[in-house]
Order: sequence, then structure tokens, then C-alpha cells
Amino acid sequence: MKNSKSKLIALLTIVTVISLQACKPKNVGSAVNADAASKTYVAPGKYDEFYNFVSGGFSGQMSVYGLPSGRLLKVVPIFSVDPEKGYGYSEETKPMLNTSNGFVPWDDQHHLDLSQTNGEIDGRWIFANANNTPRVARVSLNTFRTAEIIELPNSAGNHSSPFITENTEYVIAGTRFSVPPDNANGDVPINSYRKNFKGSISFISVDKESGKMDIAFQLRCPAVDFDLSHSGKGKSHGWFFFSCYNTEQANTLLEVNASQRDKDFIMAVNWKKAEEYLKAGKGKKEAVRYAHNVYDEKTHTATSEIKTEVTVLDVSDLKDICYFIPCPKSPHGCDVDPTGEYIVGSGKLAALIPVFSFDKIQKAIAAKDFIGDYEGIPVIKYESALYGEVKKPGLGPLHTEFDGRGNAITTMFVSSEIVRWNIKDLKIIDRQPTFYSPGHLCIPGGDSKKPNGKYVIVYNKITKDRYLPTGPELSQSAQLFDITGDKMQLILDFPTIGEPHYAQAVSADLIKNNSVKFFKIDENNNAFVSKGEGATKVVRTGNRIDVYMTAIRSHLTPDNIEGVKIGDEVYFHVTNLEQDWDVPHGFAIKGALTGELLIMPGETQTLKWTPLKPGMYPFYCTDFCSALHQEMQGYIRISTADSKVPLLFSTGKNMPVADTSFSK
Amino acid sequence: MKKIIILSCVLSIAILVSCNNQEQKPATNDNTVTTTAPASGQEAVQDDVSAKDVVKVAMSSKDHTTLVAALKQADLVTSLSNAGPFTVFAPTNAAFDKLPAGTVDGLMKDDKKEDLQNILQYHVALAAMKAESFTDGQVLGMVNGDNVTVSIKDGKIMLNNSATIVASIPASNGIIHVIDGVLLPPAKK
Repeated sequence: MKNSKSKLIALLTIVTVISLQACKPKNVGSAVNADAASKTYVAPGKYDEFYNFVSGGFSGQMSVYGLPSGRLLKVVPIFSVDPEKGYGYSEETKPMLNTSNGFVPWDDQHHLDLSQTNGEIDGRWIFANANNTPRVARVSLNTFRTAEIIELPNSAGNHSSPFITENTEYVIAGTRFSVPPDNANGDVPINSYRKNFKGSISFISVDKESGKMDIAFQLRCPAVDFDLSHSGKGKSHGWFFFSCYNTEQANTLLEVNASQRDKDFIMAVNWKKAEEYLKAGKGKKEAVRYAHNVYDEKTHTATSEIKTEVTVLDVSDLKDICYFIPCPKSPHGCDVDPTGEYIVGSGKLAALIPVFSFDKIQKAIAAKDFIGDYEGIPVIKYESALYGEVKKPGLGPLHTEFDGRGNAITTMFVSSEIVRWNIKDLKIIDRQPTFYSPGHLCIPGGDSKKPNGKYVIVYNKITKDRYLPTGPELSQSAQLFDITGDKMQLILDFPTIGEPHYAQAVSADLIKNNSVKFFKIDENNNAFVSKGEGATKVVRTGNRIDVYMTAIRSHLTPDNIEGVKIGDEVYFHVTNLEQDWDVPHGFAIKGALTGELLIMPGETQTLKWTPLKPGMYPFYCTDFCSALHQEMQGYIRISTADSKVPLLFSTGKNMPVADTSFSK
Repeated sequence: MKKIIILSCVLSIAILVSCNNQEQKPATNDNTVTTTAPASGQEAVQDDVSAKDVVKVAMSSKDHTTLVAALKQADLVTSLSNAGPFTVFAPTNAAFDKLPAGTVDGLMKDDKKEDLQNILQYHVALAAMKAESFTDGQVLGMVNGDNVTVSIKDGKIMLNNSATIVASIPASNGIIHVIDGVLLPPAKK
């Protein structure tokens, strides 16, 4: 009996093998046993091939991984304070998190987009959105630090953001939550949504040289939820595409009430036309308040400016800027293929993936092939814009990236898989389980004109059982698939920071050689710099004490400070005098109600400290910098408010005095 | 052992079928790629203490053995173990028995998997709809792409005028509404 069973299994195995051979995979190597470990192994001391920039979701930060190893290289603070790096704690960085609401220490960071030139990644900057208090940040890829943050007026839930145009002319930010405009009275009944609420889309211009951002104009749109977006490219350069849900305009229980219509919309925006209207003076200036924060690499200091005006183009009046295209069932991802011809809308409740044709959209607009209008905006006939539908792709299609070989890969949230399909014939080529509900996915350059179809990284929302248990919350996983063969092959899982949403990846060659190693001390224009130990001092101005301090292996100057009293506010301005790569010094003082400073070579950073009771307070270097790092310490003596102790400071001079009472 | 043989059979057939049908390759057809990943998804998570998902709730019901077998045959267990949220209209065994003789057996055949998937997906909506949130005349978009119409008469919630909700059971990832009839999707155009 046992023997016959074995024979049966053997027979079935043969049938399986034969049937597989009948399928004739083009690349046999991908269908046979492969050593996944060797594909992800990057030897100690060797660089990874790609940088992977991963949004941090509710951590507010961006993490940087190497691929294919999945090694975490850095966490870059953007929208949340980071006591580890002093970000949002040092006087120099506090202005970065200023908003029209005041200092906001946290946000929800969803999407990233690398700057592009001619539709290809140029390796200069990466843009990040803040979803909660709407902002867009620009991160320098020379320093891997946040260079600029701009707040967005008239917006809420800055979700379809920050996606760039083909030459980074603009960063585009669409509002997920429509709200009454800032200059209107927002104190209205919530169920007056249809009457009082509006959607806003911000076009943030980016200076070609400096990268400096400015809100060029906003489009005033009907109140719906703008979910995601992507730029046209190539033939569709000049256009932008947004997915819209809640076209029911529900203001409560959206779970049910925003799923009523069979079709919501993709909104096609002719932004070149918007520019024409802007030039022709059709924009209306509105009074608003928003913060614009810039970090200066020479002063090592951020400044925050509150701006008070924005130019608005109303798309119901200026009819030929926006067009709606019906798209089934609450579309989420809105992705444009490398040629710019195909626009993929992923209706997360739909049983198919519609692919729209840019050429057909243009023809339909020219022929006014509309089925009516929605809130004053023409609605193109679905069939007239449609290239075709991917039938039965899986359950819960969310996001699509492109492999550069004529295929698209889409994540299926509900059926927990990724599905690769051909853009031309819309046939499914391969599907692979991701085991846990995938959200976004990323192919290096996957939203550019030139994808590098070596890998797809899939970011999963749920990771039950994927790693050793760590209590109720588990780190969300990224999954690396080799997509060079006919079959996508899972080769690595790695944990992420916060919640990864959209991510970007790029060949390391484009970035690694531009990395700054230190800041030149000669070019340090910080108002409180000490360019050498001779320049250190402690200055009293009323009850403000400015400590001009330096750090160099392995001492702080000054390291003995006396004559500071209760009621004083002490500012430690610490300049790192090192001119050597990877030698930051840290600075911390006992009892400080704040973070540390982490000062890069050549940089000055300031920690404000208000002593609360008299006593002796040690301070020290927190970043192990040398064999005598432990010696890099000092004291500040705090005296009572009425003390007559004179202000003294020194390093290496404050020696013990002959003390007669001691010798007794 | 028997299970392995059955699995192998299913795999063999699935692979054979997949060669002829590029659009509908089952997710499990590639049994030659060796990875360290487990072969199943969230349904395989070992967890006896958390609240049960819709699949586990159905599995614990004596009145839903037909439905559970059908979900397995249609490869929908992984999907329904997902975060959801789901509204599942769960026909009882008696409801399946009301179908013309041989219907269920026919649908359980491998070459009818697509039809079975279509019918079962017609019983699932992506939203957690409590019984009290249904309204008369409400149209629900189901996972298969078709609609179900709700009607309420004398406090009874009916779907497509053919099945009545007889009980509602909350689950961790949605709600199961037990129904006394099987919903049949509209014929394809």
C-alpha cells in the first residue's frame, strides 16, 4: 500500500514536471531552485547596488536601505523630532517644524519622489509629504538631511503628494480631505460638505539650481478625496493624473457612504494650460497663512517665514484645465507607464484594473466626448478614454509600478499577492503571493521613463508571524523580489521603520559620489560659531548666557563654567572643529528637558537649557569619537539667583587650589 | 498521506490548466521555486488567542461546512484571512441544499473554479456593514464586481429578494451575516 502511494506520488510528480515543461518557461533559471541568499548577499565592506528610500508613515521620517541586502543605512528625520540627531531640539533645527499652527513635532509621512530631469532620476533631491499637517519637504541627497519644508494652505490630508513633473518643474500636492478654504468661514455644519468644502491641488515650483520651493498656484477643485497622483511623461508631459474617491461627497461613515457609486474618477489636469491662465492673470490672490522653512547649509541654521498669500485658479470657471474620467470603485493608485501613454487606475474595490490611453483622452477632449459634467468639470465617456481592462487581476488592486520591459506589476491588498501583466495585451503573466497584505511597491525608477527592472520591493501592511514576535506590534515588512526572470522570485524579507508607504530606489552610482563628508569650518557662517578654541567664550547678556563651545578629539572648550545662576537661560553653541568624515560629536547635559545635539564636522548646533536648581551639572560628548571619548566631559556650576560667583570659563586651567581646610 | 496526493493532483491539474489560460494562473502553480517563505498566508498564522476572523468563525460553525469547503476550493481562504474589512453573506448548508441537485458538486469541480470564485465573491463586500446599517433599496458593490440590492420588510433584511439575513456574527476582520439562500450573480453579458 505504502509502495503504491509512493508510486502514485512519483507519477504525479512526473505529470507536474511534464506539464511545467509544456509551459516552456523562457528563463528556466527562474523556475528552478535558486539560491535566494546569494542574490541578496552583499559581502562585508561592499556597497549595495541600489539606494532604497522608504517612507516612514506614522514615524514621520524617511529610512534609507541598501539593496539587495536590505541593510538599513540611515533614518532621515523630516517631519518628526528626532532627539537622537537633535532634529527639532536644537535651536538651529526648531524652525524646520514651524507651521501656521506653531511648532508641530510629528507627522505622517506617506510618499517620496526623487527629482527627475527629462523623466529620469537625477539624484539631486527627494521630496516627502506630510499627510496630517499638510507640508512638503525637500531632502538633500548630498547631506541626507531635510533642506526645506513648505506648508500647504487650503489643504488637509496631503495624500496625493509629493509627485513631481518630468523635469521637477513642480512638486504636486493634492488634498485628501476637502475642507472649506482657509479664507472662508470653516465654522459651518459638517453636513454642508457639498456646499462649503473644496479640494485644493498645490503646484509647488522647484528652482532648477537651488531646489527652493514656492507655491506657484493652487487649483480650486470640487470637494472629493484626491488620493494619489502621478505626472504625465513623454507625450503626456504637461498633464497630471489624480485618483479621486468619495465622489459621493459623503461626510460620514465613508466606509459605506463613499462606496456607493460604481465609478469614481481619475482627474486629468492640463497644467500647461493652468500656467497659461496664471500668466494671463486669471488667478485670484487669497489671504492665507503658511510656513516656509529653509535650512541653510552655511549658517547651519533654519529660518521659518510665514507667508500670507496664494494664487488660486478655479477649475470650474477655467473649463479646460481639468477633466474627469470615470474609474471603477474608489481608485487608489494612479500610475503612468514609462511611455506616458497608459494611465493605470487601481480601484481598490474593483474586480478589474482599467488602463486609460493618453491619446484617446486627447481625442475625447477634442471631440467633446463627454457624458456630462461633475461640479462644472467635463466627464469624459469611460469607453472613450479606456485602452482596456485587466480582467480578474486579483482582489483589491492598489498600486502599480513598471518594469521597463512593457510590463506592469500591481499589488493586490486583499488577495495578498503581486501580479505582473503586460501593458499592451493586458494579459496576466505571473502572480506571486506576498503572504501579508501588500500596499505600495517600488521598482528602481519604476515611476520614471527609465525603470531598472531588476527588483520590485513590496511593502506589506501586516506582518503577523513573519518575524520573531515582539509584542502586539510587529515591524511591517518589505519584500524583495528578483523580477529579471519570467517568474518573480521572493528573495528577501526585511523589517521597516514606522509604516512604509511609497518608496523610491535608484542606482547607488547616481548618488554615492555626491555625498558630503564634512562641512568646511571656514564656510561656517553660524551666528554663534567658534572657529577655533581661541574663539570660545561665555557671554552674559542680562539673564541670557551664550556659551561658545568647541568640540574636537577629545575635549570640549570650555569644559569648566561657573557663575551661571538660577533664572539664567543657557545656550550652548557647540562647534565641531573636526574636518574629517564620520566624526560627529554629541553634546548632552544632565537634566535637560530636551534631546542631545549631534554636531557634524564643521557644523555649529545650539542646545538651550534652563537650569532649575543650584548644583553641579556635567555635560559630555555622546557620540563615541575616539579612545578618549570618555574623557570628553565638563561641568557647569549653577549658583543661586543672588549668587556673586563671577562668570568664569576655561579648559585645562581651572586647577585645584591649595586648600588649607582640606590639608587639616 | 492522502492529503498530499490530493494536493499533488490539484497542483498537477492547476498547472495543466494554467498553460492554457494565461489570465488565470493560480497563485500556487509554481511549486518549483524554493524560497524560505511558508507556502500559505495569513490563514496559517498560529494564533489561538486573538479574535477569530471571518474564515475561522465560519469554520467553527456546523451550519457552514459547505461554504467553508467552497472557500477552500476557490482559494479564497487567504483573502478572507486578510485585514478586510469584510461583510460576508454566509449561506447555510441548508441554503446550499436548496440549489438544484448537483449544483454544488458541479461547482466544486476544478474546471468550475472560476464560476465558484465568482459566486463566492458575490457574497463578500469590502466594508464592515452591521445589520442596522442596511437600508431599504441600498445597493452593495460586491467583490466580484456585481451588485446586491438590499430590501427591508417587516424588520427582515433581504438580499436580492432571495435570501434573508437570519443572524449576524461579528468577526475580527468584519461581519458575517448568515443567510438562508445562495446569492446568484447576474448572468455575464
